Amino acid sequence: MEGIENIYTYLKGKFGEGIGILDKESRDPWFEVKRENLREVATFLRDDPELGFTYLVAITGVDYSKFVDVDYKGKLCATYILYRLRDSHQLIFKVFVEKEDPVIPSVWDIWRAAEWHEREAFDLVGIKFEGHPDLRRILLPPEWEGHPLLKDYKEPEEYRTPDGYLVVKTHRPDPLRENNESDQK
Amino acid sequence: MAGRYKEGVENIPIEQIADALFPEVILTTVDDFLNWGRSWSVWYLLFATACCGIELMQFGGPRTDADRIGSVFRATPRQADLMIVAGTITYKMASRVKLLYEQMAEPKYVISMGACANCGGPFWYSYSVLRGIDKVIPVDFYIAGCPPRPEALLQGVIEVQKKIKKEKYLRAKKSEAGG
Ligand code: SF4
Repeated sequence: MEGIENIYTYLKGKFGEGIGILDKESRDPWFEVKRENLREVATFLRDDPELGFTYLVAITGVDYSKFVDVDYKGKLCATYILYRLRDSHQLIFKVFVEKEDPVIPSVWDIWRAAEWHEREAFDLVGIKFEGHPDLRRILLPPEWEGHPLLKDYKEPEEYRTPDGYLVVKTHRPDPLRENNESDQK
Repeated sequence: MAGRYKEGVENIPIEQIADALFPEVILTTVDDFLNWGRSWSVWYLLFATACCGIELMQFGGPRTDADRIGSVFRATPRQADLMIVAGTITYKMASRVKLLYEQMAEPKYVISMGACANCGGPFWYSYSVLRGIDKVIPVDFYIAGCPPRPEALLQGVIEVQKKIKKEKYLRAKKSEAGG
């Protein structure tokens, strides 16, 4: 089955409310999957002979706080990029969660590649993947506080290792940016 | 090698030989001899963390050919005199930079290569990048560029050689040992 609209209709017929909006205008068309149905839909996308998206390219965490003109503003999002190897077909779907409750069920046992991608999304955006076997930071040092790709992240004034071996000033708040309001977005 | 040695001796200024009546001056000459030897064997620690590392490889490669001035790469800080920090240093990496620097034997020198190592470079606004390795270790020479050309790095090593030649190696050691 090809084309995002066909796939969307097919899934909509199967899962109904579990599938949210479709955005076919953007450069990479995508549709929304509700977090409650994520694991069912993911398994179906992988196993259904019509679909067969066996390959997970990436999971990306996004913070939509600064988006004002869309109805998912202020939410966190995990973008799943899938790929079907037999005919090079790409499919993107997104899962939105509230910032106060950033929990998404893990799909690490459906696509094993998800394991590290989920760790990355947790590390940088702070989405908690429920059921993940080893949800630790993957890029930043383990003692890091906060999730730096959140829009409201404030960089601390100092970085120090837990043993106190290294203590450096981070030059924050940035003296070069202080006077430039438009730059601070 | 023998030819170079001869050349080095010939280069000693005549006043120094004339002043050889005083023991101090003989010491200086030994200093010069040692510095001459040290300056032509500046072995550098391979420490490439980002794209500047590619230019560092060129620096050791046949075009720039650092070997001809006696600089070869070492894979361990214990054998290195010079640390060339080539690339972006994150906070996570910064403690490793400090550790490696401390593992190097005295006397040791540091070249900060490229905008990233100098000040954070294009990643100045990043949350995770150290804004200049001089926040962590002392730096002898900074090389501007993104990335600097291998010739610029060669110039940096030549500056290190000049610095070594000016040093009073034995006296420094003596004063350190004697307190
Ligand atoms: S200074 Fe430029 S070339 Fe060098 S590591 Fe930084 S970004 Fe890469």
